[in-house]
Amino acid sequence: MSAISASQALPPVTPEGFRLCPVTGKRIHLAADQLVKANAVVSVVALLIGAIAAILLVLTRWQAVHLLPAEWFYRVLTAHGLSMLIFFIIFFEMAVLHFTSTALINARVAAPKLSWAAFGLMTAGALLTEVIVWSGKADVLFTSYVPLRAHPLYYLGIILFAVGALIVTGVFFANLVVAKREHTYEGSLPLVVYGALTANIIAVITLLHGAAIYIPTFLWSLGLMNVDPEVYRLIWWALGHSSQQINVAAMVAIWYLLGALTVGAVVLNEKISRLAFVLYILFISMASAHHLLVDPGMGPAWKVVNTSYFMYMAVLASMIHGFTVPAGMELGQRLRGVGSGLFGWLRRAPWGDPGFSSLVFSVVVFGFVGGITGVTIGTEQINIIVHNTLRSPGHFHATVVSGTAMAFMGATYYLIPLVFRKKVALWGFARVQPYMFAGGMLFFTIFMTFAGSFGVPRRHWDISFSQAPFDVQFNPAVDLILAIMALGGLTAATAALGFVAVAVKSVFFGEPLGAITEGVEMRGVPRGITHPPRHAANVDELNAALHAPGRGIMGPAPGTLVLVFVFLAAFMLYFFVNWKVLSFVWKIG
Amino acid sequence: MTPETHTGLDSPTGVWWKPAHRSEKLWVGIAFGWCIVLFAMMPLWHLKGGQNPSGIRRRTDPSAYFKRTQEFIRQYKVGDDRGLPIVEPPPGADVYLAGMTFQWTPILRLRQGAEYTLHISSLDVNHGFSLFPVNVNFQVVPGYDYGLRVTPTAAGDFRIICNEFCGIGHHTMVGRVIVLDSAGREIARSGEVR
Repeated sequence: MSAISASQALPPVTPEGFRLCPVTGKRIHLAADQLVKANAVVSVVALLIGAIAAILLVLTRWQAVHLLPAEWFYRVLTAHGLSMLIFFIIFFEMAVLHFTSTALINARVAAPKLSWAAFGLMTAGALLTEVIVWSGKADVLFTSYVPLRAHPLYYLGIILFAVGALIVTGVFFANLVVAKREHTYEGSLPLVVYGALTANIIAVITLLHGAAIYIPTFLWSLGLMNVDPEVYRLIWWALGHSSQQINVAAMVAIWYLLGALTVGAVVLNEKISRLAFVLYILFISMASAHHLLVDPGMGPAWKVVNTSYFMYMAVLASMIHGFTVPAGMELGQRLRGVGSGLFGWLRRAPWGDPGFSSLVFSVVVFGFVGGITGVTIGTEQINIIVHNTLRSPGHFHATVVSGTAMAFMGATYYLIPLVFRKKVALWGFARVQPYMFAGGMLFFTIFMTFAGSFGVPRRHWDISFSQAPFDVQFNPAVDLILAIMALGGLTAATAALGFVAVAVKSVFFGEPLGAITEGVEMRGVPRGITHPPRHAANVDELNAALHAPGRGIMGPAPGTLVLVFVFLAAFMLYFFVNWKVLSFVWKIG
Repeated sequence: MTPETHTGLDSPTGVWWKPAHRSEKLWVGIAFGWCIVLFAMMPLWHLKGGQNPSGIRRRTDPSAYFKRTQEFIRQYKVGDDRGLPIVEPPPGADVYLAGMTFQWTPILRLRQGAEYTLHISSLDVNHGFSLFPVNVNFQVVPGYDYGLRVTPTAAGDFRIICNEFCGIGHHTMVGRVIVLDSAGREIARSGEVR
C-alpha cells in the first residue's frame, strides 16, 4: 500500500460542491476549503500582531535597550499573550478541526452556515478584545487575575470568541457523525483525525471552564457579583492550562500528518497511539494545578495528585507519542528503502522541505526543552524555586511556540498548495524559515530559563529596580543572559514575521499551483508533494523483515529507540539536579 | 501478527487492536516506570525533604489581616528604614507580612537557624513573594493567609521582589528581610559583619 493512499473509499464521481485533491486523492468539500482558508488567514493576522508585540517586549526586557515605558510594556504584554496564545493558536486550530473532520475523510461540512456564524462571532470577539486592550482599558495581563479589573467589554469579547469556538467543536462532532452515516470512509477514523477528535473533546472541556470563569468575571466587572481570587485562579487555569492541552493534542495530530506527507511515516501501532490520545482526554485537564503549587488555597494532597495528572498519565502519553512519531518516520523511511544503519533514515531525510524540518524541530524542542522543563517545574516542591520567575515562560515558549506554533507553520507550508492551491511564495526564505525560527527559539527559551534560575521575575518591566525603595542587584551574568535571550527572541520573531510574509504573499498574490509532475522539483512546492513518499513495491516483505524476531529488541525503529533513551537520560539529569538545587534553599514547610 | 504499513492519513480497516512490537512495549514500560518515579518524589520529599509548600492555609479578611499585621508590628518593632518599620520577632514567633500595591510591610529581622511561622497575605490584589537572592517563591492571594514554617539557613540582607503583576507600579515593589547570624550580628550584602 502506498504511503498516501488514493484508493480508500473514494466515490467514483466527484459530487457537486466538492473537488478532488490531486495529491491525496481525497474529495474535498468546497465549503470546508473556504472555512479552512478564512480561519487560517485570521490566525496569521493574529500572529502578525503577536510577533510585533514580541519584538517590543524583548527589546524592553533586554535591560540595555529597555524600549517601552512601563505602562506600554504591560499593555503590550497583555496583547502578546492574547494574540498568540488565544487568537493565533485557536483560529489555526479551528482550521485544523474543519480540515481534519472533512478533507481527510472525504466528508462534507454538516453545517456550513453555523460554521460561518461561529467564525463571525470569534472574529468579532477577538476584535473587540484587541481594541479594548490596545486602547489601554485592560492592563491586566493575559490572566486578568481578579481583583485586577478590566473594562467589561474585554471579558465580553473573550466570551463571544469562546462561544464561537464552542460552536465549531459542535460542528466537528456533527461532521464526523454525518461522515459515518454517509459512509465517506471505510473502517476507523484515520489517526490524524482521531488526534484532532481528542483535541476537540479537550476543547469542549476547556471552553466550558472558560464559560464558568469569564461569565462570572464579566458580571463582577459590572458590579453584579463577587468572585473569589483563589477560585478565579483555579477555574481560570482549568481554561488556561487545558487550552494548552488542546494545543498539544492538535500538535501531535499535525506531527502524524506531516510525518505521513513528508516521509511516508507509518503508524507503528494504532492501539498504542490511540490509547495515548485517550490518556490525554482522561488526565490532562487536571493541569490547572501547575499554576497553584505555591498557592495558599489548596493542600499538598490535592497539589500532588493534580499536578501529576494522577501519576503523570498525560506525561506518559506524550512520552509514547515522542517515540511513536519519530519511530513511524524512521520505519516509513526504511519502507521506502531510504537510509541504512541506525540514523541513515534521518541523514537522508528531506531537510530542505520546510514541512519536514518544522516537524523535526517541533518534536525535538517540544520534548527536550518544553517537556523536560515542564514536568520538572510542575513538581510540587520544585515549583518553589520556579514560580513566576522567567523559568516559567522559558518552559512554555518551548512547548507552545517551538512545539505547537512550529508544527502549525510546518502544516501551513502544505496547506498553501493543498488547500489554497497556490505555490509557496518567497520559497528560498521559506526553506530556511524553520531553521531560523527554531534556532532563535532555542536560544530564547534556554536563556530565559537560565535567567529565571537566578530568580529574575517574569512579567516585570525593570529588573534594575531603579525606582524601588531597596536596591536589588542581580548577578552580573544576568545582563548577558537577558541580552542573549533577547537576540534569540528577535531572531525567532523575525522568522515569524517572515512566515507571515510568506503566507500572505502566497495566499493573496501567489502563483496558482498548476499541474504537478511527480518526480520533478518545483519551486514553491514542498518535496512531499512533488515527490510523494511512496513505500517500496515490496513493502510488506520489507516490513516483515524489519519486524522479524531475529532483529531482537531493537525492532523496526532502532535509531529512534537510541534517541528516546538519550531523551530519558537528559530528563533524569535535569529532574534530579533541580531537586539538588531545591535542597540548598531555606527550610520551608 | 501483520504489522501496519499505513499512515496516519489512512483509515485503518478491520481489527487494528494488535499487539505492539517488543521495542514499543519496552519504551512504554520504561516511560511508565519513570512516571511513577516522578510521582513518588513528591510524597517522599514531604517525608524526608526540607522544602515543602504545605504551610497553614486559611481564609482571612484583608482588613482583619491588616489589623493583625499592625499588632505584630507594634509588638516587636525595633526601628525604621525608609519609612517602613523594622520588626524583630523572637524565634518561633508568628510573623506577619502584608503585600499591598506597591510595598511589603514590615521589614523583618530574623535569626539564622531559628524557625518562624511566616504568614503572607495581600491587602488588595494578587502579589508574588520572591525572596532574593535565595529564589524562593510563593503566590500571595488576597483573602488567604499562607502560614509557612521557614528557617533561614544563611545570614544576610535579603529582598522580597513582587513577581506577580499587580499594577503599573509592580516593578517598584521591593521589601526587605534581614537575617542576623547565629551570634546576632547583621551581615551586609557584601558578606562583611556590620
